[in-house]
Parts: sequence; structure tokens; C-alpha cells
Amino acid sequence: MTFMVLQGSLELGIIYAIMALGVFISFRTLNMPDLSVDGSFVLGAAFSAVMSSSGHPFLALGIAFLAGCGAGSITALLHTKLKIQPLLAGILTMLALYSLNLKVMGGRANIPLMNKTTVFSILEKTALGDNSKLIFPLAVLLLMLLLLYLFLKTRLGFVLRATGDNDHMVRALGVNTDSVILIGLALSNGLVALSGALIAQSQSFVDVGMGIGMVVIGLASVIIGEVVFGVKTLLRRLIAVILGSVLYRLIIAFALEIGMPPTDLKLVSAVIVAIAMAMPIIKKRLSAVKRRFMVRRHERSK
Amino acid sequence: MLRVEGLRKKFGQGSNNEKLALAEINLSLQEGEFVTIIGGNGAGKSTLLNCISGVYEIDEGKITLDTVDITFDPEYKRSKYIGRVFQDPLRGTAYDMTIEENLAIALAKGKPLGLMPGVTKKETTLFKERLELLDLGLENRIKQKVGLLSGGQRQALTLLMATIVKPKLLLLDEHTAALDPTIARKVLHLTRKIVAEEKLCTLMITHNMKASLEFGTRTIMMHEGKIMMDLQGQERSNMTVDRLIEQFEKRSGAELDNDRMLLS
Ligand SMILES: Nc1ncnc2c1ncn2[C@@H]1O[C@H](COP(=O)(O)OP(=O)(O)O)[C@@H](O)[C@H]1O
Ligand SMILES: [Mg+2]
Repeated sequence: MTFMVLQGSLELGIIYAIMALGVFISFRTLNMPDLSVDGSFVLGAAFSAVMSSSGHPFLALGIAFLAGCGAGSITALLHTKLKIQPLLAGILTMLALYSLNLKVMGGRANIPLMNKTTVFSILEKTALGDNSKLIFPLAVLLLMLLLLYLFLKTRLGFVLRATGDNDHMVRALGVNTDSVILIGLALSNGLVALSGALIAQSQSFVDVGMGIGMVVIGLASVIIGEVVFGVKTLLRRLIAVILGSVLYRLIIAFALEIGMPPTDLKLVSAVIVAIAMAMPIIKKRLSAVKRRFMVRRHERSK
Repeated sequence: MLRVEGLRKKFGQGSNNEKLALAEINLSLQEGEFVTIIGGNGAGKSTLLNCISGVYEIDEGKITLDTVDITFDPEYKRSKYIGRVFQDPLRGTAYDMTIEENLAIALAKGKPLGLMPGVTKKETTLFKERLELLDLGLENRIKQKVGLLSGGQRQALTLLMATIVKPKLLLLDEHTAALDPTIARKVLHLTRKIVAEEKLCTLMITHNMKASLEFGTRTIMMHEGKIMMDLQGQERSNMTVDRLIEQFEKRSGAELDNDRMLLS
């Protein structure tokens, strides 16, 4: 792999890690499979493109985050107030967002941002220079990591984590779990949209279909991180998500390098997640096969 | 303290497996009263506790706690005044969080939730003091995840969590049924100690007939969604397990399912 490819993977991995942290909140902390991610990622990207075009690239990031929070809240309300299963609630939001994203983008299916002001075109002119595409997202990511870590250590953060573990207990201790789920999914989708907003400006391009399979990529990052870097402490888990995201990008880059057509990438993502999810079962089967093999060899040697 | 009037609860209304789980429950608890509840499988004991704690909406009746009508309050609101320990040790704690973090959530009961530190040094000291009273060595494992604890340790911890902010009512649903006998005894004694020290108004379901007479100040027997027997005072202190079973079978015209009930 060339240095260019490595740097490109690192840049992407860092931006997508913000999305993966969002997925971590819903899938791991709240223990809720939230599929609205595919839509809220594009929602963030769409706001980012439109506001950059009108000259507010930094503000765009904040607005994208808030828009994502809104999208997450809708999913939460569909689930908690209307008792729709989490999976379906997420799918409904995702579908609704597809139309909404097109509206935000002024009816166009894609928006190029070439020659428009983006945070990167501004930062390139500072001391950061060409490194701005790496350093600015990294700074945002580390800030999000720190804030998320501190948040999960607050009283509200404790309750959020406990709700994913055991919502019965949380209600028995006098907390409205509906509100907790709302806060959690809002935050989760806020991070996802922020990630989409950064990708839009970094790649100078937004397409209404760019969010397809995003939740799977997020999940792949979370799981790869867990498998490779461990789950011992909370901080370690969060850092593992980030490293997982970078590692995922490297795997994809490698797949492209050995000649896989880019159109097959979603297939690769799906296979990676399927394998990673099946890891515990595969390990169990393998050890059973091994044991049987050992027993047989032992018998034969007698 | 607690008043339950004309409580009725049906499951599967209108379907062909409609089940009247609570027929007409009237029950009044004085301040500091410790009531044990016994009865066969499916008698409605858990349903009664779940109606009081708001897990289920009731069909008819009224529930007041400390003169406040809580009949229509959602579960989480009532929980501010009600402490609970469930039969399943997995249900009372968050397994992926530490002992200290679990206790911190319990201590925050009724307080505003916000961005204050989840647990402070002062609170940690308080938790250690309280855990020491359990006599299980948990005070030295405060930073360990609850998932590492045994069932008995978890139930003791859940009991502490349910009472660390003094509740107006403590509800225990066979909280020792899943434990082996020695640990179960230990948790029962612990329950008695905490209830006595805090003078808690308590409803405890038990599958252990002997414990139902040995612990508490009053014993209620349920059958088919009704209260069949209400023992207190002299009548209760003279009662034996054998006579209790005899009385039950006479009044209900049914045999007690002895397999699940512990008679000794
Ligand atoms: N959630 C539920 N849905 C339908 N039926 C239920 C439900 N909970 C309890 N029941 C029924 O109500 C009756 C009383 O149950 P329960 O209160 O759990 O009994 P106990 O705790 O005394 O063993 C039983 O017949 C049971 O099958
Ligand atoms: Mg029961």
C-alpha cells in the first residue's frame, strides 16, 4: 500500500470514527439497533453542503449535529411513545429522511462543493496547510471522545448506560427510561450527522445515497475494535471504536488494492460484519472440533 | 401507609385465554408493618406487587401510598417511593457497570438527573460503609463489575440499592427463591435487619412457608387472586407450618403445590 492510500484511509477512518461512536451509543450503550443512522448521516452531509455553499462551513457542523439529534429523537419517540419496535422505528425514520434529505438539498440528488468554502479550504490557508484534512477531523474526534467519555461518567451518563444493561432496574429506581432513550438516540444520531457533515466538506461532494449501509460500517468498526483492542474499561472501549474505524478503512483499502471493484465494497462490509458477529459461535465450534480431534488422536495412540 | 381497595386485574381481556389474576383485593398496611405473602403458583402474588409498583395498569380499584393516590402514576414515578427486589438476580442490577456505579444510580433516586459527576468521593465512602454491613466483602470490590458477583451477592446489593434512599414501601418478590439455601437464609436475615433498622413498610412474597411465619409481623395467604387468610398477632405466633397448610387446604378446597413450596 502506498503512503497516499494509508493517509487517505486514516483521514476517512477518523471522520467515520465519529459516526462509529454514535453507533456505539445506540448499539452498545443503549443496546438498541438503530437503523436511522443511514438517513441521519446524509442529513448531516446535506446541511453541511447547503450551508457551506452559502458561506457558513463551521456553523454547518453545529447545525448538522443538531439536525441529527432531531432525527434520533424521532426514532426514540416512535419507539417509546408509539411502541414501535426499535428496528422498524429506525427504518421508518431512515425512509422519511430520504425524502427530507432531498428537500434539504433543494431537490437535487447530489451537490458538488468544488470551489466552495469549506472548513478545509479555510484551514489549508493557515499553518496547518495540507495536513488540515487530517488534523481538523482528528481534533473534532478527540473532542467528541473526551466529551462522550466525560458524559458517560456523569449521573445522566450512568443512567444511560444502565438503561441499555437493564431498563427494569432503571425504572425501579425512579427514572423515566423513555427520556433516557430519547437523549441517547439524539446524541447518537447527532454524532452520526456530524460525521456526515465532515465527510461532505472533506470530499467536496454530497450524494443522497451516500448513507446506504452506513450503520453496517459503524457496526463493523465497533465490533472490529472490540475484537482487536478489547472492552476492559469504558475509555478503552471508546478508543477501540476509533481504532476499529481506522482498521476498517485499511481493510477496505486493501481490498481495493488487490483489485476488488469498488462496487463490491458493500458486499465486503456485510461479510465483515457477519463474520465479526459470528465470532463467538465460530470460536466455540472450532474449539469443539479441536477437542474431538485431540480425543481421537489420543485414542489412536493407545 | 399503603391502601389497596377493590383491586381487580385481568390479563388477555376478550381473548379466549382471559385470566382474572386479581379478583378483589383489599389490603391495608400500617407504618412499619412487615407482611409476608404466601400462596400457590399462579395465585396472583407477583401480579399484586406489579400492580402496586405500576408495572401493570389495573382494571379496577384504587391504590394509595401515604395518603397520595398513585393509581394512575407511571411505574417510574411510583418507584421514587417504592423499593423493589425481584426474584431474578439479573433484574435488579446493571451487570456491565461497577458496584459503585450501580449504587450511585440508586442513591440518585428522586434527585435531578444532570451532568454532575456520577459518583463522588464522599459517596464512595458512604457505599463502603453500607456494603460493610452486608458482610460479604463487597466493600473491597467496589470498582468491579456487578456481572462478576454471585446471585446471592447481587440480591444483597439490590436490597441495599432498593433501600439506600429510604422508600415508603419495600416490595420483595421471592427475592431468595433463586439462591441456594444457606445464602437465601443470609439474605433473609439481612432483609430483616434492614427493614427493622429503617422501620420499612414491607411486602415480601416467599415460597418458604417457615420463613413466612418466622419473618415479618403479619402473613397473608393468597389463592386464585384473592386473599384467603390474614394472620397477625397471637393467632400468627401460635401458627405452625403444618397447621398453615391444613388451613389453606380447608379454606381453598385445593391442594398446595408442595414441589415448589419449601415447607421447612
Ligand atoms: N403478563 C401476563 N400476561 C398474561 N397472564 C399473566 C401475566 N402475568 C401473570 N399472568 C397470569 O396471572 C396469574 C397470576 O400470576 P402471578 O401473579 O405471576 O402468580 P404468582 O406470582 O402468585 O405465582 C397466572 O395465571 C398467570 O398465568
Ligand atoms: Mg410469582
